[in-house]
Amino acid sequence: MSTPAVTENWRGVATEDTEQLSAGAGIFLRARSRRLLGELLAPHHAALWWLLLTITVQNIAWLAGPFLIGLGIDVAVPALMRGDAGPLVWITAAMLGAAALDTVLRYVFLTWSGRVGQAVLLTLRRRVFQHVQRLPLAFHERYTSGKTISRLTSDVEALAELLDEGLDNLVSAVFSVLTIGVVLLVLDPPLGLIALLGFPALLWVARWFQRHSTAAYRRTRESVAALIVQFTETFGGIRAVQAFRREPRNDELHAVLNEDNRRAHDRAFWLIAVFVPAVTLIGNLVTVAVLGVGALRVLDGGLAVGTLVSFLLYLRRFYDPLQEVAMFYSSYQSATAALEKLSGVLEEEPTVAEPTAPVALPEPRGELAYDGVRFGYTDRTVLPGLDLRIPAGQTVALVGATGAGKSTLARLTARFYDPTAGEIRLDGVPLDRLTDADLRHAMVMVTQESFLFSGTIADNISFGRPGASRDEIEGAARAIGAHPFIEALPEGYDTDVRRRGGRLSAGQRQLVSFARAFLADPAVLILDEATSSLDVPSERLVQRALRTLLADRTALIIAHRLSTVEFADRVLVMEDGRIVEDGSPEDLVGGTGRFAGLHRAWADSLV
Amino acid sequence: MNDPASQPLPADGRGRLSALLRLWPFARPYRGMIALTFGGALLATLAQLAVPLITAAIVDGPIAAHDRAGLIPLIGLALVFGIAEAALFFLRRWAMNKSCLQIERDLRDTLYARLQRLPVAFHDRWASGQLLSRATTDVSTVRRFVGFGAVFLAVNLVTCVVVLALLLVRYWPLGLAVLLTTVPLSGLALRWERRYNVQARSVQDQQGELTTDVEEAVQGIRVVKSLGRSGLVFDRYDAKATRLRTLQLKKVRTLALLWCVFELHPQLTLAMILVGGAVAVHAGALTVGGLVGFVALFTVLLWPILSLGFLFAFAQEAASACDRIGELLDAPITVTDRPGVRPASLGSPARLRFEGAGFTYPGSTSPVLDGIDLEIAPGETVALVGATGSGKTTLTALVGRLYDVTAGRVTLDGVDIRDLPLTQLRSVVAAAFEDATLFSMSVRENLTLGRPDASEADVEEALRVAQAEFVHDLPWGLATRIGEQGLSLSGGQRQRLALARAVLGRPSVLVLDDPLSALDVHTEKLVERALREVLAGTTALVVAHRPSTVLLADRVALLAGGRIAAVGRHTDLLADVPAYRNLLAQDSELAEVPS
Repeated sequence: MSTPAVTENWRGVATEDTEQLSAGAGIFLRARSRRLLGELLAPHHAALWWLLLTITVQNIAWLAGPFLIGLGIDVAVPALMRGDAGPLVWITAAMLGAAALDTVLRYVFLTWSGRVGQAVLLTLRRRVFQHVQRLPLAFHERYTSGKTISRLTSDVEALAELLDEGLDNLVSAVFSVLTIGVVLLVLDPPLGLIALLGFPALLWVARWFQRHSTAAYRRTRESVAALIVQFTETFGGIRAVQAFRREPRNDELHAVLNEDNRRAHDRAFWLIAVFVPAVTLIGNLVTVAVLGVGALRVLDGGLAVGTLVSFLLYLRRFYDPLQEVAMFYSSYQSATAALEKLSGVLEEEPTVAEPTAPVALPEPRGELAYDGVRFGYTDRTVLPGLDLRIPAGQTVALVGATGAGKSTLARLTARFYDPTAGEIRLDGVPLDRLTDADLRHAMVMVTQESFLFSGTIADNISFGRPGASRDEIEGAARAIGAHPFIEALPEGYDTDVRRRGGRLSAGQRQLVSFARAFLADPAVLILDEATSSLDVPSERLVQRALRTLLADRTALIIAHRLSTVEFADRVLVMEDGRIVEDGSPEDLVGGTGRFAGLHRAWADSLV
Repeated sequence: MNDPASQPLPADGRGRLSALLRLWPFARPYRGMIALTFGGALLATLAQLAVPLITAAIVDGPIAAHDRAGLIPLIGLALVFGIAEAALFFLRRWAMNKSCLQIERDLRDTLYARLQRLPVAFHDRWASGQLLSRATTDVSTVRRFVGFGAVFLAVNLVTCVVVLALLLVRYWPLGLAVLLTTVPLSGLALRWERRYNVQARSVQDQQGELTTDVEEAVQGIRVVKSLGRSGLVFDRYDAKATRLRTLQLKKVRTLALLWCVFELHPQLTLAMILVGGAVAVHAGALTVGGLVGFVALFTVLLWPILSLGFLFAFAQEAASACDRIGELLDAPITVTDRPGVRPASLGSPARLRFEGAGFTYPGSTSPVLDGIDLEIAPGETVALVGATGSGKTTLTALVGRLYDVTAGRVTLDGVDIRDLPLTQLRSVVAAAFEDATLFSMSVRENLTLGRPDASEADVEEALRVAQAEFVHDLPWGLATRIGEQGLSLSGGQRQRLALARAVLGRPSVLVLDDPLSALDVHTEKLVERALREVLAGTTALVVAHRPSTVLLADRVALLAGGRIAAVGRHTDLLADVPAYRNLLAQDSELAEVPS
């Protein structure tokens, strides 16, 4: 079952869309999620033992109550009848002492276990978040943002539920069951054996529950994720939703997913609805048996009344916690399903990974070399094999029709993907030998999509160089021509851009992301349609800034507006993933090639 | 912190369980099931009482009288009650699942529908993570409370009352003493519950913040990666996650205190009962059997009393989740149909007029648009030109009422657009925005988003106009799923599809926001040619950054300082208005720039 070839299909998130899992896959996933839980708990082993000790002592204190009151009835009351108040005083004092101990230990236990639980959650959050950040763009494009968000939110919270409610319930319940079990056997062995008679039945019911609930909870994790995907997509594109009256259709789609989610939960909850009462039923049947047998033995004089009363009280405390164990088990099943998903994401390899033996590049010059670079998406090859040298400091314009491979080349250069064959080198060092920090220090890409983060404009610009002073931030904005519009905003640089910069126009967002790149001050700048939404004066300002900025830098510029191209040192015309023209703008414009044609068309469009 | 969620609420909005009352409309349809849940739980609890009572009866009856035969009916009764308890337990859980999961579903559907209809201005203001965390975490908290907390809170309170009454009946002096002990308990609990409510709220708000960070880190992954700022983004997230832990631990400490008080109370009371009972037995006021029964009865209360502590806390948590959901449900849908609006008969194409139209963003004092007067005749195309940030995009958003004017009005054929039903307005006005938003569905569904009844010929024509015939080459043609969960398209391809969507079915009013920005020169030329035919038959407002786009228009309006600074033909404006020339004339540029 577990040959490497077979397990390979279940690695990572591969199983997520599989409706029916084979038994082997199920076992694999469960083992994986248990392993993750084990790893998360490992640093807390010492604390867990202390917690165990605390809760054990606390349980003994708590259990002393019924024992002492039985003693009170059997010993202190008769003594008092004889005129001896001593035993009553002692027993009462013992009860008060036990109650105080119980309370203090309970407090210690609750706060400690809370601390452990929160530490585990924080570790998990950090780990998944960091891992997701490291995963390649290819993963994000395939997995979709909504699903990743659901992993990082609702799945983590499923574990939180277990830790919140579970840990103390389980530990105290298990210890109640164990200690009371012993007490019952000691108190009266024959009745104790009857009490334990329910166990085989309990195990059988638990096994039944486990078999069915695993799949049921797995479904709930998926149905919740589907809801979150729908949600994030709707509100990410709310303008289009409203403008095209998509609301009613979205309501329908959401209703279907929401109902599906309800059904998934209904199934899981139905299993609990059978499981937990079954535990109660077994407990009650055992209680009736103890009552019957016990009463008969009292009649025969083989058992004291007080003992029977205590026994029945203990029995209640024996089976009630078992319900809690049952509830814990169902929370555990739910959390395991979530951990299955999380461990899947954690298992995804960061294929565009940090090098094991990195080469340091403290002072990048910006020389780029491409040797036999080949790249394709699943269904088609975009770059069949590219050879190219870009000396340090050169500004290169990439020109060509949609689908010619310009953006792919840019993305490979920025190492968003790794080429399937061949090599790209920066200053002679293959990109995959550079640490991410060195690579990003040397090279920055600005795209058409100018994503802004919530926070102020200044925050967003300083994203290019964390810790930059206000002067540096304003300097960058000034250089790029963004300063006037920022100044005109109500709170200037401290204006909150709100959600994804919704308050700013596309052009303004592009200016801010330009300023961000300017501030980053890289040796290589890659611009992929980064000026498309700018108006002419803004573009002019950006270009002026670029002239200064690019003077001593390598640049790779993709632009449909050929004005940007004019100040390039070199123009590459691409077609079907190949470079078909290569030369200075002047040479190419004057020639009869494709670029000359493009340039004429563009010049006409200016009117 | 400008997030509306973290702004302080009015003092009376905090710490009130009455927030839970607003759940009633959602619970109402399932009241039968809820009653069944409650009844099942109550009866099951009463069935639990049977065992101690029967035990006492056995001790005082058959055992005292040495009556073996008398045991049988009592044991039989215990058996019946034992089975009944489990059956009722099942009934309670089954009914609970039905009601609380349906309430959760309805609540979430309502919330989603409401959010979709809240104005764009609302969405500009709210971090989407806050919306998501309310629709998922908070709604689930409410569900868990309705299904579990509320039922047991009620049942356990009833149990306490019933058992106290029974205790009073059994031996009133001791019963009264037990009753009195609940007074200091309630007082202490009340104080801590309030504190807990505030802490629960801050945890929920922080969860929303964290969700926002997750969303941004995931959706902005390209920017994060290209600037190599994973470390920075992680540090931010980490700070928020660590803060969440701190807040959670505060909450845990309050809960632990509450728990301890409710755990200590019944134990102290039990000790008191022993002393009081022993004295009473000594005085001959109570039999030993009576004391046993009293104690057995009281031990039934151990769990209900203990659980009240965290059930009240749970109620507080649910109440603050309700508050958070309520804040969204109560947010005013400002852009909506006025009462009594009726569809007007509009010409196709219609006449679009801005009359003194102004717009100020909520919370801002300076208007973005101020006294816009502009008329676009039926079938006319007007290009809107202006510097970055001059309010062009805002102006286009006014036509489809994505924002409502804050001054003046916008009319179609003389009818104020706010007097038109929103569905009519938005079917008359079609738009393509700067960000070409495509959804995760088939190409066809994306295209026919606003016009589900469009014919095949309409679709083909729209694709031709937008030069988007490339979709036929996709693996499954028009049925190919695109968007985030489907095939990814280039920026230019997305923009062409968004354009095709806007021109589909030749709308009578067309609003295009820089519709050709991502196209290459060659494609742009082809689109322009085809678009010209469409524009001839529609009233259009086109935001333009390029001369080529401007040439699509019959007239040009220059927007500056929130006003229409000039209107006229392109060539005239180019000749007469320096500001306009500066915006559109590309050639002069570099010569005048000192380098």
